Amino acid sequence: MSDKPVSERIQSEIDDNDIVLYMKGNPMMPQCGFSAAVTQVLTMMNVKFKGVDVLQDGDLREGVKEFSSWPTIPQLYVKGEFVGGCDIVREMHDSGELKQLFDSKGVEYAS
Amino acid sequence: MAMEADELEKLIKESIPDAEVMINDLKGDGDHYAAHVVSAEFEGKTRVQQHQMVYKALQGRMGNELHALALQTSAPE
Repeated sequence: MSDKPVSERIQSEIDDNDIVLYMKGNPMMPQCGFSAAVTQVLTMMNVKFKGVDVLQDGDLREGVKEFSSWPTIPQLYVKGEFVGGCDIVREMHDSGELKQLFDSKGVEYAS
Repeated sequence: MAMEADELEKLIKESIPDAEVMINDLKGDGDHYAAHVVSAEFEGKTRVQQHQMVYKALQGRMGNELHALALQTSAPE
């Protein structure tokens, strides 16, 4: 168990990684349809991202909801900024906004 | 636990009086809804802010009585 408060852990995680997805399950094996959908979008866009399984840690699961004032999982952060959940990510992907966001923020693409 | 579509609509309208709310019960179990909310109050706000307004209207039921809510929000055309 870490002594660091959850909010600090979340802050360092989103500061240290271009794209962080708080999800149920992990990118290889998502445990919920919404988490799977966002994973699929990110994979299709070929960006590097860190998937964090909140099912492994009850404090983290509640902590991310408080951190972003957002009641559900999955939650996508890009360069430290909360972008949204599954609905928003899908809408932005369809409209081309997501690619624009990634490019304007200069995120790393997978090889 | 689940929630009636009427109650969902009522809660949203209590917080966002001018909202037009279209609700779809995705699985017929009262627990997985899709809602499209249109309101002039969404004007100028980011999607995250718009969705947060809807979540706030639900007063903590999200994740408790309500398991899944697919949201689409927009300001009137």
